[in-house]
Amino acid sequence: MELATLPVLSPFLPELILAVGSLVLLMIGVFQGERSTGLVTTLSIFVVLLAGLALLFMTPDGVTFSGAFVLDPFARFMKVLALAGSGFAILMSTDFARRENFDRFEYPVLIVIATLGMMIMISASDLISLYLGLELQSLALYVVAAINRDSVRSTEAGLKYFVLGALSSGMLLYGASLVYGFTGHTQFGEIARVLSSGDVSVGVVFGIVFVIAGIAFKVSAVPFHMWTPDVYEGAPTPVTAFFAAAPKAAAMAMLVRAMAGAFGPAVSEWQQVISFVAIASMLLGAFAAIGQRNIKRLMAYSSIGHMGYALVGLAAGSQAGVQGVILYMAIYVVMTLGVFAVILFMRRQGQMVEEIGDLAGLSRTHPLIAFIFAMLMFSLAGIPPLAGFFAKFYVFLAAIEAQLYMLSVIGVLSSVVGAYYYLRIVKLMYFDEPAGNFEPMAMSLRVVLGLSGAFVLLFIFFAGPIGSAASVAAKTFF
Amino acid sequence: MTSWPILSTVTFLPAVGALLLLTIRGDDAASRRNIYWIALWTTIVTFLVSLLIWKDFDNSNAGFQFVEQAGWLGDKIGYSMGVDGISMLFVILTTFLMPACIIASKFSVQKRFREYMIAFLLLETLMIGVFCATDLVLFYVFFEAGLIPMFLIIGIWGGPRRVYAAFKFFLYTLLGSVLMLLAIMAMYWQAGTTDIPTLLNHSFPASMQTWLWIAFFASFAVKMPMWPVHTWLPDAHVEAPTAGSVILAGVLLKMGGYGFLRFSLPMFPLASADFAPFIYTLSIVAIIYTSLVALMQEDMKKLIAYSSVAHMGYVTMGIFTMNPQGVEGAIFQMLSHGIVSGALFLCVGVVYDRMHTREISAYGGLVNRMPFYGVVFLLFTMANVGLPGTSAFVGEFLTLLGAFRANTWVSFFAATGVILSAAYALWLYRRVMLGPLVKPELKSMFDLSRREATILVPLLVLTIFFGVYPKPVFNVTSASVDNLITNYQAALSAAGKLAVAVK
Repeated sequence: MELATLPVLSPFLPELILAVGSLVLLMIGVFQGERSTGLVTTLSIFVVLLAGLALLFMTPDGVTFSGAFVLDPFARFMKVLALAGSGFAILMSTDFARRENFDRFEYPVLIVIATLGMMIMISASDLISLYLGLELQSLALYVVAAINRDSVRSTEAGLKYFVLGALSSGMLLYGASLVYGFTGHTQFGEIARVLSSGDVSVGVVFGIVFVIAGIAFKVSAVPFHMWTPDVYEGAPTPVTAFFAAAPKAAAMAMLVRAMAGAFGPAVSEWQQVISFVAIASMLLGAFAAIGQRNIKRLMAYSSIGHMGYALVGLAAGSQAGVQGVILYMAIYVVMTLGVFAVILFMRRQGQMVEEIGDLAGLSRTHPLIAFIFAMLMFSLAGIPPLAGFFAKFYVFLAAIEAQLYMLSVIGVLSSVVGAYYYLRIVKLMYFDEPAGNFEPMAMSLRVVLGLSGAFVLLFIFFAGPIGSAASVAAKTFF
Repeated sequence: MTSWPILSTVTFLPAVGALLLLTIRGDDAASRRNIYWIALWTTIVTFLVSLLIWKDFDNSNAGFQFVEQAGWLGDKIGYSMGVDGISMLFVILTTFLMPACIIASKFSVQKRFREYMIAFLLLETLMIGVFCATDLVLFYVFFEAGLIPMFLIIGIWGGPRRVYAAFKFFLYTLLGSVLMLLAIMAMYWQAGTTDIPTLLNHSFPASMQTWLWIAFFASFAVKMPMWPVHTWLPDAHVEAPTAGSVILAGVLLKMGGYGFLRFSLPMFPLASADFAPFIYTLSIVAIIYTSLVALMQEDMKKLIAYSSVAHMGYVTMGIFTMNPQGVEGAIFQMLSHGIVSGALFLCVGVVYDRMHTREISAYGGLVNRMPFYGVVFLLFTMANVGLPGTSAFVGEFLTLLGAFRANTWVSFFAATGVILSAAYALWLYRRVMLGPLVKPELKSMFDLSRREATILVPLLVLTIFFGVYPKPVFNVTSASVDNLITNYQAALSAAGKLAVAVK
């Protein structure tokens, strides 16, 4: 046994940076108290940025920790996404923290820790490291959801998230133990080898279903979506902005790696499950959002729907499908951050407002913001030439290749239903009379919204290179 | 032949104009004037450049011309442009109608003038792109993206029920299109490319053709619009501003017919042959039923909208006769209808700008105050009826002739539509223009202004010119149409031979 030797740490460098960074930041916060919030926030963005740079330029591909941790093109792509989502989420929280006296240095630290969890989730190629990463992320997120401890809604959101999250972790663990019991391995590669060598036993199928259930909770796919609207609405808005972007991408990456990597040979067993989850998510996301008046709740249902579309790519179970998932998540994260920049900007007389009716006439009072927001809405609805169209294009392209015609037809039809509520927001902004002015937009939000808008509008010109990068990343599994 | 990318130039010139407009700030009269002139010159230059396409167009070449290729999404989906005899004239039609739309909006659009012009110019880019694209995905992008500016045009600058109309327009069209998108993907995997010229020579399996045909039909039938999915059109027309209606009737509706000709017929010939009776039925119902509905309308725009549905019935009927007369007649009918219906909506806009109502009963005896307008409106009404000597006659006659060759009963029923169209159009004219001028508020009406005449007279000249001398159009279309029909017959006979061989 080579237990005595230290594992190769080079592919693990970004995670090390995040781990050490978060501890240092925690120390700064503990010793300096509440007044250090600004400093810790700024530093935490740098830590995330540093981890990103290390990931892009200094970290070689490789496998370490006896095969429990793998850095491949897929992991790299998704990690960049998770880091970007976290970094921008911290950036967007700065203005909110200043205005709402939301001075908690723990917040950026917890996000860095959650990000570390996400990075491990994305790279996990062993059921145990998968669970470790997931719990590290989840425990940080439970606290973040309840960070505004004086607010009943925030604590309720945190508690709800915790109870349901613990339940789903239990299911995941149960599934993992079944898989281990029936295959004799926890490592993805070994599991795949066992599954491909013979018949897939019922026990493994049970295990896979439980693993899917556990992860479906994290990506908020139907029927494990119930927490999403309440947590989105109850948590402070910057927290919601964070929840909606990076953790979704990380959980989706984990699901892809588990399904395509470990359970790839049993694709016929889980394809129906994923298809069902995708269909149910798309339909629920489309129909349940119609009645929403609170924009955070609306975005919650919208994200449920979008997870359904991303899962369409996974259901295809092919390289094109994984490529679709990767692109979908990338575009989804960017769009979501842009949308939340606008939601964070909705502030009247010193108060955050969250009703979609408050956006009425935005095109008169803030033409540029309204324009970008409208483009984001059209993009979320999947209308070309915006980025959201290409996201849907690639996942459905894969689904058609895999001959999942029913899934595709239901998917595109529910996207038409979904278009209705996105259009309603455009209608409010452009067709209705102004409901009053908002306070000026903070610089940090402008940056995020501007970048997001530019991405959505200009994606069509870079769709080729980005698509082939995603294709390379997807090749990891096939 | 030109060596520079003329199609991309024509397509993206309006977008450049829209970018220029972004630089103008302010809402005073001066900046309004600047916006107007920039928009107008952009569309005029685009039109003039697009005429170069016609000038250099090789009539004897049945394939795509002015071809441009560039990489886009991987190696199988590219940015490729090209026009052939079927699509070229639609490009010209679009660029020709745009200046009229801009001029017509000069005074009638009060609020957010700059945004209005930007939306129109972007819409022009997207419309031209639809007709120039020779890649399915690129086509789809242009086809669908047009929804966004049109949604905003109806929703922001439309009438009282504009929100309802905008949503209905958007969701109806989107619903049809998404199924086509899936079909495009299926074709991509089957043929390994989305390049249209390659796909035209690819034969899809017969069972697949049926489904693909249905998916494309879902999109084009809504866009056309065919009965019974036409109900969005009257709402959209009534609520849209005048120029929006012109574009809607003049160009957007033609995309459906163009789609049938470009995709359904040549790519799915077996399914097209199977479904032809179905299309005939829908066309005849559209022609007779919507003509009857038009008779009962109280609103001038709604009447013309229903008459558009009826005229599109001739187009679908003509396309699916699959003989040269029917198909060329359908193309001609589309071009002619683009001019005539556009002009009719402009005519309605003329009186709407003065009275701010489109109720037929609010008018009467206008010819007493507006003799010149009376003449113009009468000629366009006659063109709408399909009077010999106007361009609409050529189109209707040829489609009926084609239908007669294919199926006598179809042409019999379709011909009743000619009578009905005379009934509603002449009755409309009688109620609005003729009779004594009794309503006091009409007594102050003034005749066509110079600006209005500038828009309508060229349209009128073209209507009569092509009615008398339609040859320039047929010169362009005949080679491509013949090629289309030859390939279609070849595909059918190949399949027929196969069927015999199996027996």
